[in-house]
Amino acid sequence: MIALVDCNNFYVSCERVFRPDLEKCPVGVLSNNDGCVVARSAEIKALGVAMGAPAHQIDPRIKRQCVLLSSNYALYGDMSRRVTDVYSHYTPDIDVYSIDESFLGFDGFEEKTLVDRCLALRRHVRRDTGIPVSVGLSSSKTLAKLANHLAKKQPAYQGVAMLPPDHPSTRQVLERLPLTEIWGVAGRTAAKLQQLGIHSAWDLREADPKRIRTLFSVVLERTIWELRGVDCIPLDDMAQPKQQIMTSRSFGRLTGHVNDLREAVRAHASRGAEKLRGQSSLARALMVFVKTNPFRADLPQYSRSVLVPLPHPTDDSRVIVRTAIAGLRAIYRPGFAYQKCGVMLTDLCDREGEQLDMMVEQQGIRERIRNGSLMATLDKLNREHGRGTVTVGIASKNAAWHLRGERRTPRYTTRWDELPLVKL
Amino acid sequence: MIHLEILGRVDQTTLPIALPLAAGEVRAGFPSPADDYLEQELDLVAHLIQHPSATFYMRAKGASMVRDGIYDGDLLIVDRSLDPKDGDVLVISVDGELTCKRLGKIGNLPHLLPANPSFQPIPLEGADCQVWGVVTHNVHALRRGVAR
Repeated sequence: MIALVDCNNFYVSCERVFRPDLEKCPVGVLSNNDGCVVARSAEIKALGVAMGAPAHQIDPRIKRQCVLLSSNYALYGDMSRRVTDVYSHYTPDIDVYSIDESFLGFDGFEEKTLVDRCLALRRHVRRDTGIPVSVGLSSSKTLAKLANHLAKKQPAYQGVAMLPPDHPSTRQVLERLPLTEIWGVAGRTAAKLQQLGIHSAWDLREADPKRIRTLFSVVLERTIWELRGVDCIPLDDMAQPKQQIMTSRSFGRLTGHVNDLREAVRAHASRGAEKLRGQSSLARALMVFVKTNPFRADLPQYSRSVLVPLPHPTDDSRVIVRTAIAGLRAIYRPGFAYQKCGVMLTDLCDREGEQLDMMVEQQGIRERIRNGSLMATLDKLNREHGRGTVTVGIASKNAAWHLRGERRTPRYTTRWDELPLVKL
Repeated sequence: MIHLEILGRVDQTTLPIALPLAAGEVRAGFPSPADDYLEQELDLVAHLIQHPSATFYMRAKGASMVRDGIYDGDLLIVDRSLDPKDGDVLVISVDGELTCKRLGKIGNLPHLLPANPSFQPIPLEGADCQVWGVVTHNVHALRRGVAR
């Protein structure tokens, strides 16, 4: 069985751990130059503030009722690490999928014990870190994701829902589920499926896999198998949450060499930046992670990730590669046989909607145009002559994070001079 | 007269450790026969902190706990994973504010007890409060100008 564990409103929950006064209050977290809303509490969602809404466009009458904070990436990164540490008490098989989502593998655990096990995990994370999580359990990632959605929406589950693939209750859920709620099924695909008489997730599960492959793609065929409970989509191929781009691969063989890791991180970061430009987005932060093979119990284990804000929203390969390498430097430890590393670009925004912040203004319009055409040339060369023809190779040591962040809360857990104050 | 016992040498060669790094994730491979003869360096963080991912540092502000030895500016080590017991010093959120008091009873009713006669006990019944963590240690600097 597989569990998808997801932190509820993660950034807001991190803030509330140290600011109990924000409990039950509409809270939004803004992107790193205070441009738009990147995380929302349930209360601010109820007020109609949309994800990605530019802060200056929120109705002043609503804005007055809300607390809007700048993003505090040092805090979120540290809290994310603590949460993942708690998971490791429950299984060695952890795949970080985003800053606030992880897949936990429970192979070899007895199925009927898993709900209780995950309820205990949920209580444990809440107690140790203050962060509320939801858990979805099933035998494939796609079904685990759907179970997670149920756990979050329906209070009766107490935060942990299981969808056994062949259980009648799973059928009921799938029959009521619109196609677009399935991981990786976009609106266009859904419309085409409906013309074939496939309207619900259950209809898709019952469709002929071969026919779907011929009419659509191998990916959609795999989704059918996933809905039947067969775990067949590798994590690296899973459809991404809208707010992130993940590029990661396992090494062909285990390696302890920092050079191998550096090369891989450089490649992942370049590839991620390329994808970013392909979809006309900019990233505001990135996460780098490294891990050893949890199934090699004979080897020392190490797993670590770090979240680093980008100096400004960007799709520039050079900035992204440089930042990713700096992140790697912070988490690499010698003496381990690494199995996998990856780079996740996160808190994305539309290139068009990007606001010119001070940094970018200083950078000068002319230079931006030049950079834009440089990046376009880079992508073109890689497209025409094969990926990796031209890559970004020079990493500068001057990584000065200059964020606006006027409303950032203290870095409670990573700075001696910013510790939370307790009134005596 | 205070009796002092020397426990060992303070290790000055290791890098300064931030709490998150002190989880001790490095595991050794095969034990070496020499291990029995090698003295461990004393790691204060590992000694004091049992649950690294649940432990947070906080800064004390105010005068209500002086008789329990907690002074303004002291560094509190707070473990969220412990169940609060009668007599524990807690970090607790009262009306949305984090405060530090000892948990105790007056008569049969649980109260937050200050350790300074000029402060009043806070009855827990009917109060909007939530235990945040248990204070396991207090770091109080005795020399002027040293880190605290």
